[in-house]
Formats: sequence, C-alpha cells, structure tokens
Amino acid sequence: MGKNNLGAETIMIPREEIAIETKKIDVYYGSNKAISNASLAFPRFKISALIGASGSGKSTFLRSLNRMNDGIATVKGEIMYRSTNINSVKVNVYQVRKHIGMVFQRPNPFARSIRNNITFALKEHGIHGEDELNKRVEESLRAAALWDEVKDSLDKSALSLSGGQAQRLCIARSIALKPDILLLDEPASALDPVSTSKIETTLRELKKKYTIIIVTHNMQQASRLSDYTAFFHMGKVVEYGQTNNIFTSPRANITEKYISGNFG
Amino acid sequence: MNAKTSNKVATAVIYSFVGIVVLLLFFLIGYILVNGIPYISWHFLTSPSQSFLAGGGIRDQLFNSIYLLILTLIISVPIALGSGIYLAEYAPDNVITKLIKTAIEVLSSLPSVVVGLFGYLLFVIKFGFGFSILTGAIALTFFNLPLLTRNIEESINDVPDLQREAGLSLGISRWRTMVKIVLPSALPGILTGIILSAGRAFGEAAALIYTSGQSAPIVNYSNFNIFSQSSFLNPMRPAETLAVHIWKLNTEGVTPDAHSISNGSSAVLIIVILLFNLGARVIGNAIYRKITSGRRG
Repeated sequence: MGKNNLGAETIMIPREEIAIETKKIDVYYGSNKAISNASLAFPRFKISALIGASGSGKSTFLRSLNRMNDGIATVKGEIMYRSTNINSVKVNVYQVRKHIGMVFQRPNPFARSIRNNITFALKEHGIHGEDELNKRVEESLRAAALWDEVKDSLDKSALSLSGGQAQRLCIARSIALKPDILLLDEPASALDPVSTSKIETTLRELKKKYTIIIVTHNMQQASRLSDYTAFFHMGKVVEYGQTNNIFTSPRANITEKYISGNFG
Repeated sequence: MNAKTSNKVATAVIYSFVGIVVLLLFFLIGYILVNGIPYISWHFLTSPSQSFLAGGGIRDQLFNSIYLLILTLIISVPIALGSGIYLAEYAPDNVITKLIKTAIEVLSSLPSVVVGLFGYLLFVIKFGFGFSILTGAIALTFFNLPLLTRNIEESINDVPDLQREAGLSLGISRWRTMVKIVLPSALPGILTGIILSAGRAFGEAAALIYTSGQSAPIVNYSNFNIFSQSSFLNPMRPAETLAVHIWKLNTEGVTPDAHSISNGSSAVLIIVILLFNLGARVIGNAIYRKITSGRRG
C-alpha cells in the first residue's frame, strides 16, 4: 500500500481558530454508508474546499454540517460548533441553519421580488423594522456584489435575474441572516466563466467576515480560491491540509492521481 | 417517406385532431348560447319559476346553484388543501399512503348518481337532514374532494424541491416554508383545479336530485337569519339548482314554455361557468403577481 495507507498524517489539524469541526462523522442513506469516519476541522475566516469525484460524499458531508440531511440521511458522530454538538437531537436545527447558511448548486431564488427574497427570512426570524430590513438588503446585496446591478429594480421578480445574478442573490439571502459559516455546494458549476469569476471574487471578499466551506468539482477553482482543501474519495476523507500543500505535494497517491486529472 | 414529409403529415394529423376538439366545443357552446340567449332577460333572471304557467324565471335556482357551490367550496377546499399538503409533503412512502391514494382514485371514479344516493340514504334519511342545501353540499364535497385533493397534491409536487431547500437552509421551518414559499408557487395550479371542480359542481345534477331536492320553495331574500325557515341563507331548506331545474323541465316540465326555459337556463349555466373561469383566473393571476412581483412563468 505504501503512500495509499491512509494514516492520520494525511489529515491535518489546522493550528488556527476553528469555526466548525466534525468528529468521526458517519452518514448512511438507509443501510448504505455514504461517509465514514470523517473528522475535519475548518478554520475561521478561511475558505476550505471539498474536492473529489462524483459520489465521493463531499456534498453529503457538506449538507450534514447544517443538518440539511435531516430526514434524508442518518448522520452519526459529533459536529462541534461553538463547543456545542449541533448533531444532537436536542439542538434547535433552525437556529443552526441561521448560523450556518447554505448556497446550492443551482440558483434557487424564491419566486418573489429581489427585495422579498432577502427580507422574507429576516421577517420569519422576527426582524420587522423597515429601516433595519432596508439596511440589511443593501448590505447583503453589496457584500454579494449585486447591489449596483439591482438597486433600481429591487421590486422586480428575482426570476428575471440571470443565473449568475440569481446565485449572488442566493448568497446575499444567506448572509443577510448574518451567519458565521457559509456552506456552498458547487455554487458556480451551473454558471458561465464570467459569472464564476464574479462569484469567486465575492467569496474572497466574504471570507474576511465569514468562514466558507465550498464543494467544487473544479480543481482550478479549489486551488485559486481556497486556503484549505479536503480530498474525498469513496466516502472517506483521504487528505486534508493547506491548499498549497495538497496541490503541490500531495501525500496520498490517490490524491495526486485525482488532482493531476487521472480519474474523476 | 422522408423525414420532412412524415413530419408534415404528423403535424397535419395533430392539427386536425385539435381542430375537431375545438369545433365540437364551439358547436356545443354556440348551440346552447344561440338557442338560450334570446330567452334571457332581466325578468327571466329575477322572477321565480312557475309550475304550470308560462313566463317563469330562474331566480331561485340560480341563487341556489351559487349558494350551494359556495357552501361546497367552503367545506371541500380546506379538507382537500389539508390532505393534498399531507400527501405531497408529509406522507411517508408506505403501504398506508398507497392505500389512501388508491382510495382517492376509487372515490374519484364513483358515478355521481351513486354519490347522490349515498348522500340520500345517509344524510337525508339516516341523519334526518332532509332534502337540504347542506346535504347537497356534502354530496358535492364527496364528488369534488378526490379530484381537488389530487390536483392540490400535484400542484404542490410541481414546485421544485430547490425552493423547499432554500427555505430550510435559511432556518425556516418546514411548515413556514410550505405556507410562505411552496403554496404561493402552487397557487395558480391549485386555483385552476378549484375552478374546474367548481364548474363541475355547478353543472352537477345527478348527485343533487336526491340530496338538495327538486323543489325551490319561495324564500325571502331580505331575511338574513340563517336559522329562519324562510331565509334564503338557511342551509337546511331544500333547494333546486339550475342543473336540476334543467333536468326536471326536460323530464316532467308541464309549463308551456318548458323548452325555452330549459334553453335559457342552459345558456345561463354556461355563461356563469365561463364567468367563473375568467374571474378566478384574473384573481389568481393578480394574487400571484402580488406575491411574486412577476408574471406567471
């Protein structure tokens, strides 16, 4: 086996402030094990990329972090966030998702106005003041680099936006809730290169205030965007470390094969 | 035959089938309107029907039809909405759910006259409600419920899962996501279903002959006490509807102008259903626009 022997030395523990950490996570779809024994610690205010082939479990892992797998899959193990195990049944899952936002692969704005897309969740969480709502709309749209494009059409339907704009609206919608952590599940895979680059610029800006974990199929994206990278293979975390190290001197054979494009 | 010709032939065949459907529809509606409209007058719409003399109107029957329809919708829409939401969003994929769905399908294929007889035996006789608007509304609910439930379930299922995930990922509960995101998106489909079922209920006769009865007692349109026997709003009074009236005129009508009244009533029936369709669509679109700030996609 040699370098394929997946010892603990291939999984790095960052020596920084940790935003969220999983401890021995197993995920089952019915009796089918999709993730086994995944322990990863994600540093605060950094972008961490999850890479791997289709079916490697990276999206399943990401969705476990804010309990989006509830009712779909069984997640065992601990997910530590602010010294609480948020994978416990006692935890208020809606509060978890307020702190840990998520953006999906395909842009999914609500069939409402651009403004309403952002204010809807705020109102549901008890924020009603007109000034506060307007402030949050502007702040979040600015943060998502969408403000200049939509400031004159806030009351138009969000469905009239282009794919890239809609995706940035979804990012704005998430950060309007002022979360700690932003999970992104291949946010640019349905977008053209120009929109992709806008999203990446936005994310680089956002990491000053948010911890970002992003699933991506695109190796270039992972290498140019992220600070840390985890490589998933067949439901296991094979390697995790600083992106530079993963891409220049991977420790496991299989990581090297994947990043040099030999499979996946 | 090359691809171009076969395509032309197929297109021509499809167009002619559509043409047949459209022609049939126009012929039917045109026939009813042409024969009926000349008889419609203000007097016809506002005077009570006559049993033996000519010159009777359809005031009570028209009101009864509308009142019965409203009552039916008040009973059936909430139930259908609840069960539709349950089946679309909450029902686990198991034997019981399949059983419920099969039961709904069986119920939807019940002949309306059977529904009417059932209503007669259970509500009119057993529960002693007598021939009444309420009994008629319950019978029509049985008749309506399966289609309405299926329609609501399908409209809700048509809303992409991505919308639900978006709601959940923002820390909004499943129920609030359902009420605030999914239902508004499903609203146009649900409204179409309600309109269609309302049209069916409005034109239904067989289920009502034995339930809401065949007599139109003289009622007082200024008596708003629903418990008063003479009030037009009393749900426990018998009420002949427009469709039942048409059926009765054509089977045992003894007035000299039975045929004209029947034609006029049919035209009114069709016009009301068309108006209902149009109105509900306009209202539905307006509501949808208000919620989504955009046109229907």
